[in-house]
Amino acid sequence: MATTELHPALAEIRDDFLELSLKDRLQLLLEFSNELPELPERYSEHPDLFEKVVECQSPVFIFVEVDENQIVHLFATAPKESPTTRGFASILAQGLGGLTADEVLAVPDDYPQMIGLSQAVSPLRIRGMTAMLGRTKRQVREKTAVK
Amino acid sequence: MAVETDTTPKFAEYAHPNRLVSTDWLAEHLGDTDLVVVESDEDVLLYETGHIPGSVKIDWHTDLNDPVTRDYIFGEEFAVLAGSRGIDRNSTVVIYGDKSNWWAAYTLWVFSLFGHEDVRLLDGGRDKWIAEGRAITTDVPEITPVEYPIAERSDVEIRAFKDDVIDHLNVGGTLIDVRSPEEYSGERTTAPAYPEEGALRAGHIPSAHNVPWAKAAAEDGTFKPLADLNEIYREGLGLDDADDVIAYCRIGERSSHTWFVLTHLLGFEGVRNYDGSWTEWGSAVRVPIVQGAERGEHVVK
Repeated sequence: MATTELHPALAEIRDDFLELSLKDRLQLLLEFSNELPELPERYSEHPDLFEKVVECQSPVFIFVEVDENQIVHLFATAPKESPTTRGFASILAQGLGGLTADEVLAVPDDYPQMIGLSQAVSPLRIRGMTAMLGRTKRQVREKTAVK
Repeated sequence: MAVETDTTPKFAEYAHPNRLVSTDWLAEHLGDTDLVVVESDEDVLLYETGHIPGSVKIDWHTDLNDPVTRDYIFGEEFAVLAGSRGIDRNSTVVIYGDKSNWWAAYTLWVFSLFGHEDVRLLDGGRDKWIAEGRAITTDVPEITPVEYPIAERSDVEIRAFKDDVIDHLNVGGTLIDVRSPEEYSGERTTAPAYPEEGALRAGHIPSAHNVPWAKAAAEDGTFKPLADLNEIYREGLGLDDADDVIAYCRIGERSSHTWFVLTHLLGFEGVRNYDGSWTEWGSAVRVPIVQGAERGEHVVK
């Protein structure tokens, strides 16, 4: 079976996590959480555009933009009281943002299981991130199909 | 030595007033030698974003569950966990958390499996503490580990397994399903907006009453006063003081909250939490299930 090379942006995030102890991985996840950017103004007034990721324990909303160069931008918003969910969203926003639509679609669905968080966070919680990735890819598919 | 009981009048009404402390009480007692404050949240990182000064974190999943078997940790691991948090066998442990203390109640219930005597909840939990503008810090407290004895976990008095539930059904015992009405009726197997945790069938255990756990909590996350709780459980379900009750939800977390209410606030003595809950029952072979909003009947075969 052919294995596709993981995109460098995602490989770097994975390696950053894997070289840490379990405890420090949580700390790095918290840093990601704190780095989740505020929504750009053009979207902050439009909650209607966002899709709720119902599989996540905490309310998180994502919105995917594919620009004219087929570059993907991922926007996400989750409450401050949900740092883990924010962290997951931030990893995806940083890891997927700037990739082409094809590159995003090629990301393995089990990427969330590759970054060494299952044990630190629990497999149950990781499912939320898997769901976010799945929804992101679906939105990319929908948005590239219309064009 | 145990730290003094909170004498707030609201608590005095409850069966075990010593199981709750108010935010005022906690603010006054922070730093007491025999007190350890524990935060337990649904979100594994919430403690790191800010917690009550001096409090330690215990995560329901990564700390209390066995990493391999679907079970809780045993006495040896619990001794290490408690000791590492500066808790000795005589400590007064006050637990607080997010979501109306839902996960804090779960941690309290696990502490009770090990027979830790003085364990209490902060009424209103994390949200109330923060809403009142009280101190929060990201400083990690320096803990001097202490010795905690290896206490045997007792799964008999307050924990029920699947076979116990079947026996309970056969003698007509009371069951309380504390999940949402949608999960109870079988429209869905997860709480609205919660992840799928895997159950092959949807519905509820025959004859179970449906009383969502949050009915016991007021808007501000505190427990409702005794009169309201009596109306919900004693009058609403016709529960008698001598009744044995088993509460369940999806993985035993929400039902820990109800277990706390029935045991410590209302004073029922035979309440067990079925932690296998729907993720076990809903996938088990040949156990009876009822769908729809009606309780249904258990037919003894």
